[in-house]
Amino acid sequence: MLRYPGEGGRLDGRGLLPVGVESPADLVGRLAEVGYLADEGLATAAYLALRLHRPLFCEGEAGVGKTELAKALASVLDAPLIRLQCYEGIEASQALYDWDFPRQLLHLRTAETAPDFDPATVEAELWSRRFLVARPLLQALETSPSVLLVDEVDRADDEFEAFLLEVLSDFSVTVPELGTLRADVPPAVVVTSNRTRDVHDALKRRCYYHWLEHPEFEREVAIVRLRVPEASDRLCAEVTAAAHALRDADLLKPPGIAETVDWAQALAALGAPGLDPGLAAATLGAVVKYREDVERVRALDVGALVTRAVMGA
Amino acid sequence: MSDAAGEWPAAAAARLVAAGAGAGARAGDADGVGDPVRVLVGLGRALDSAGLRIGPDRVAEAVRAAVALDPNRRTDLYWAGRLTLCANPDDVPKYDAVFAALTEGDVPRLRPRPQHLVRAVPVTLAVPDAGLAEDDEEAEEGADTVLRAAASTIETLRHKDVTTLGAAERAALDRALAALSLPGESRPSRRRRPSPHPGAVDPRRTVRALLRSGGEPVRPRWTRRSVRPRPVVLLVDVSGSMSGYADVLLRFAHAATRRRGVRTEVFTLGTRLTRVTREMAGPDPERAMGAVAAAVPDWSGGTRLGALLREFLDRWGQRGVARGAVVVIMSDGWERDDPAVLGAQMRRLALLAHRVVWCNPRAGRPGFAPLAGGLAAALPYVDDFVSGHSLAALEQLARIVAGVEVRGA
Repeated sequence: MLRYPGEGGRLDGRGLLPVGVESPADLVGRLAEVGYLADEGLATAAYLALRLHRPLFCEGEAGVGKTELAKALASVLDAPLIRLQCYEGIEASQALYDWDFPRQLLHLRTAETAPDFDPATVEAELWSRRFLVARPLLQALETSPSVLLVDEVDRADDEFEAFLLEVLSDFSVTVPELGTLRADVPPAVVVTSNRTRDVHDALKRRCYYHWLEHPEFEREVAIVRLRVPEASDRLCAEVTAAAHALRDADLLKPPGIAETVDWAQALAALGAPGLDPGLAAATLGAVVKYREDVERVRALDVGALVTRAVMGA
Repeated sequence: MSDAAGEWPAAAAARLVAAGAGAGARAGDADGVGDPVRVLVGLGRALDSAGLRIGPDRVAEAVRAAVALDPNRRTDLYWAGRLTLCANPDDVPKYDAVFAALTEGDVPRLRPRPQHLVRAVPVTLAVPDAGLAEDDEEAEEGADTVLRAAASTIETLRHKDVTTLGAAERAALDRALAALSLPGESRPSRRRRPSPHPGAVDPRRTVRALLRSGGEPVRPRWTRRSVRPRPVVLLVDVSGSMSGYADVLLRFAHAATRRRGVRTEVFTLGTRLTRVTREMAGPDPERAMGAVAAAVPDWSGGTRLGALLREFLDRWGQRGVARGAVVVIMSDGWERDDPAVLGAQMRRLALLAHRVVWCNPRAGRPGFAPLAGGLAAALPYVDDFVSGHSLAALEQLARIVAGVEVRGA
């Protein structure tokens, strides 16, 4: 059965929502079960995306959990995650489909030697689905249910966005030799962007747009605790407080959640019960990634920063 | 957007969606938000007039989302609207303000507010004060002469309203801007194009040709790398000391954004950094100038080049806008803060950008020496230093941006 997104009369449908999820709050619970702590806005966005078959366009600083969301949704839906990493110069043959030319040639050669060689039949066979190699976008349309992650779409050039339009609005792919292939049940789609350039409005208009912020302190502590179970509660709170202080320190690249988690992991691996200035200075490379930033943090006095963070936590 | 509520097409679309969705969207008022459809249509209208370009489809989408949630809960209504009506982070504060106003019954405030405010400094360079730094003082002395000298060449163009230009001046302006139709500087792209000359083999086309000839070997087909134009970033100083030139420079920027295939970003520098690329969109320069004038909150204020350049690099440049781009700074380089900050940021910019061009309208004065504190700190990191005081100078700038002419003044 073919479904179109957002079409009238389908509003009562549950879309891809798993059984038992009746509201965004339920989805928060399910996501938490698989280790992703979403706030209300993100859960609402994901809820709507699943229910109304709309792609979810997530934008935000690096390391706020855009890609993780897709992984968590795949776990919640118990569906495979199909990932398309975008890069400059990516083409339809790498994202949508490609013909398996070597196999076509082999098939042709074999067919020619057969006694009952019929050119018309062989030609029809050559351009059939069995010689079409599905790339991520087509794979996602053919796999149901599935979660499609179009990662860092801003890295692809604008020509590529045009390919995405048909896939994301109609959930179909047109192959000239075969006709239009449509998804029975559209996949859940998460599109992420780091905002290195403005993605075209036409693409955004087909999606729900969500801007992710760094989480507030308590939520981030909870995330770190969940991700680094070997770290003590004290360490989690202190590392998060220090990371928050670093975000206010006017750095070239303020640490994201991913960096906070890395830092806690590094410290936990060293067996630290809490954050102290010596250890913080030694593991600074886990959280600050630019030489200028390292110098700046050193100048700020890591010791004082940590002490303040520890007092605050 | 002064037509009556019912005339706006989005309102009708929203009603239709709500009617199709059943009673849910029209019912009660449990959270004190009022009729959800009315709120969403109001949001769409208000945001549309604030420049977010919201059509009936977006509003209909918002209503659909609200119906899928609980349209009578204030937070659900908020998210339904925000997820569908906003399309970039700068939209969110506008949306928040309008939403708060609408659901509390106040008049929405339509004035766009930049998200990250830089501390405003109450400074105008028009009135020199005694506390200026040494080199600034030198520059200040000559200011009037410079302005007058430059004024003689582009006298009429310096007026805000270019409609009063005579035919000759307008033709001259057009000529200056037409120079921008030159192709921009390019770089090799990762995308490959078919090529008649031997290079990398194109397996797709080669095998297709093989299949066509029934599997018999054919001449291989080739590809070559295609080229892409480099993006152009224009940073236009609109502070008090540049007030005579800002209009012409912004028109120049508008012409630059009209070039096909070249990604061009325009920002204004004053007491704040404002991105005006969206306002520049559209073919009509008059409308674009009107939109820019409305969007820029700090015409003729003081300059804090270093801090603003840092903000530009933090928010835009480093994430990609300035990478491999031709960056043009249009400023006289009068810096009120520590020039060392500007120097450090220029160093960052030079590492990111393909080429940094500094256009100083004051450089047109005979015997000009770049002594303004900020300028002196920035010059070591500038690839091309040009004047922008006259039409001829702007033509030259256009050629430099296009990569036709390297090395200016």
